[in-house]
Amino acid sequence: MSRLNDIPAGNHAIVKDLLSDGMLRERMLAIGLTKGARIEVVRHGPSGDPTVYNIRGAMIALRKEEASLVLVTPC
Amino acid sequence: MGLTFQSTKSTALKDLFKIEKTDDRYVIALAGNPNTGKSTVFNVLTGLHQHTGNWPGKTVVNAKGQFTYNEKEFILVDLPGTYSIFASSVEEEVARDFLCFGNPDAVIVVVDATCLERNLNLVYQVMELTNNVILCINLIDEARKKNIIIDSKGISEELGIPVVPCAARKGLGIKELKDTIYKVCEKKIVPSPKTVIYDQIIEDRLKIIQPLVEEILSKGERINGAKTHNGINTGTGINSRWLALRILDGDKKLLDSICSNLSIDVCILQDKLKNKLIDILGESGYAGLASDGIKRKALRDLISESIYKRAEIIKEKYVREDKNKLNRDRIVDNYITSKGFGIPLMILLLCIILWITIKGANYPSSVIADFLFKIEDKLTLWFKNMNFPEWLHGLLILGIYRTVAWVVSVMLPPMAIFFPLFTILEDLGYLPRVAFNLDHLFKKACAHGKQCLTMCMGFGCNAAGVIACRIIDSPREKLIATLTNNFVPCNGRFPTLIAISMVFLAVNGGSSLILSVLSVAGLIVLGIFITLLVSYLLSKTILKGIPSTFTLELPPYRMPQIGRVLYTSIIDRTIFVLSRAITVAAPAGAITWLMANIQVGNSSILNHIAVFIDPFAKFIGLDGFIITAFILGLPANEIVLPILLMSYLSTGSMIEFESIESLREILLDNGWTYLTALNTMLFSLLHWPCGTTILTIKKETGSWKWTALGVLIPTVVAITICFITATIFRIFFRIFNF
Repeated sequence: MSRLNDIPAGNHAIVKDLLSDGMLRERMLAIGLTKGARIEVVRHGPSGDPTVYNIRGAMIALRKEEASLVLVTPC
Repeated sequence: MGLTFQSTKSTALKDLFKIEKTDDRYVIALAGNPNTGKSTVFNVLTGLHQHTGNWPGKTVVNAKGQFTYNEKEFILVDLPGTYSIFASSVEEEVARDFLCFGNPDAVIVVVDATCLERNLNLVYQVMELTNNVILCINLIDEARKKNIIIDSKGISEELGIPVVPCAARKGLGIKELKDTIYKVCEKKIVPSPKTVIYDQIIEDRLKIIQPLVEEILSKGERINGAKTHNGINTGTGINSRWLALRILDGDKKLLDSICSNLSIDVCILQDKLKNKLIDILGESGYAGLASDGIKRKALRDLISESIYKRAEIIKEKYVREDKNKLNRDRIVDNYITSKGFGIPLMILLLCIILWITIKGANYPSSVIADFLFKIEDKLTLWFKNMNFPEWLHGLLILGIYRTVAWVVSVMLPPMAIFFPLFTILEDLGYLPRVAFNLDHLFKKACAHGKQCLTMCMGFGCNAAGVIACRIIDSPREKLIATLTNNFVPCNGRFPTLIAISMVFLAVNGGSSLILSVLSVAGLIVLGIFITLLVSYLLSKTILKGIPSTFTLELPPYRMPQIGRVLYTSIIDRTIFVLSRAITVAAPAGAITWLMANIQVGNSSILNHIAVFIDPFAKFIGLDGFIITAFILGLPANEIVLPILLMSYLSTGSMIEFESIESLREILLDNGWTYLTALNTMLFSLLHWPCGTTILTIKKETGSWKWTALGVLIPTVVAITICFITATIFRIFFRIFNF
């Protein structure tokens, strides 16, 4: 299993688990980072961070810190 | 504030739900994710019959509007845009509380046709809460352009609720939407939502809890002997399955909220429920209910997962996407958020906007000033003719009128130019990209990328900048942005900075003009640096415990609607900020005039104060008059220089300088050195926020503590920096014996 921030741009990954807590976890669930969700890594920002992810059709930017709390398997 | 928690809460809710319901009047709630065009739907439905304010007790915007259809009146309540209603943020809490306790006759959930899957999460959550849900699939035109085809009939059958596709910007589907709202309210259409069936483990528990909740809810009615409370139907207002889920969830905040909103004592409800459950399941069984395999965290996960699984299925079945079609947004983003172009493009745009604002504001500013001061002359003449006493003329005209005229002529034109330009970029979807591009810088300062947007807004007006902090949805970063906004110079301070730098650096014209431009630019950079430094320190100290989340949605690019841009930027921002500024400026004008004109002993009060402060002021490289001018300039920074000139020349009323040369002479005559000039500019850049901004910080944070900090931090920073430069200067003097 890897972390979402380790997936290279242009690849896809399936969410396995969240390591976040509290408000951040609620927010992640609300935007659709639930188990089994297929995420596309779209692009990195000008300095490599944050990164844009296609989460259920919406473009959401996450920082490395947040993305590292999402456990995924590459696909 | 002397208000107890209880009293604020109850008045707040009374106000919130005080929408008179009659047979001919219905209350409709409008819910939706951010960036779904919800406000466009709201505007199109209500036209100009709307008013905005804050949710009582909350710093979340509340818009209410109305429209009539088939001789019935519909009150539309625009809920804050949220991804969910689990109440993990203030916005979500407001939305949920209104849906729970506001007892709307119908709820419209507006969704983005191009992002249906994510949006359906909220739809399902709302459907669990109430039956009368209407799904409005907005931006159907945009979807069509992207080759996304949606089978709304299929979705309607799948969800069990009416579905109306529309393109609110073009007015398409609005009549159908009104018709559907009407029919649902009149019970001509009865939606029967097919809510999500959860995992067996959850459903089993619900089967035990739900009947108990139902029983207790209906008893609650009888206990209180009244069916309604504050116009809310206590018994049937809340869906028992939904409440059972929340009890299972252990949502403490919600249960408290129910406690204070319904007349049923939910603490009793919980106790009763607990007892009943223990009766049925036994002590151990009850304990197991909460911990057996599904902890709260896991329960939330399961709920969200099940809902999203449904959403996926619906998307698979009823949405056809042409995946081969090139995604226009992504191509644009290749440039706008790229390494090479992203940041230069952004700086270029900011420069253009500032240039248009400064250039464009000059002319209207002088026209307005001429006009208002001509009126002042007329008024003066009239006062003379009427033989009014001199002091009354002084107080009303030279004090109040002149200050207000000043504030209006200096503030109105740049705001009327700057805010619309900014709103256009906002509507276009460009601003989130700017936040995205710059986030790494702000991350180092423990701040949110969106803070750069609130700072840009601050260039226009710090009060507007503070209001703009609403766009930051992470609590800690929002506070940081609010408390540090003042370190970017607003257009009330620019003229002061420019004038002083011209006086001391550009007397010869030509190349030194560039020098003065560079010095102002340098000050801005310093302001940004201080902002980041203070942000960092704040997040490491005072704000350490406040939660922080970072998710930044990059919405699709959209053509801005010029009409709406003008409306929101002129009405919501310009007029709002201006009127607040005027309410502060008018009394301040009077006070300033009085202080400059009431003589105690042989000089004015103003003089006495200046003399009193002088030793301290000299210590930090300023003088007593400068500090006094900054104190009296609290209502608006643009009057600082006029007040200063007034006190130097002892004219008794504010004056504008005739030319840079005359300003230079006045300042030099009063002992200004390069140090005084530099420190006055620094003090102007860094000192406490103006009165309008302070009031706004209070409004936005809802706390005197943060407001006090918002004043204290800049003050301390300004004094410290000025002290440092003054000390360095003094040391230089001693060493080189200047």
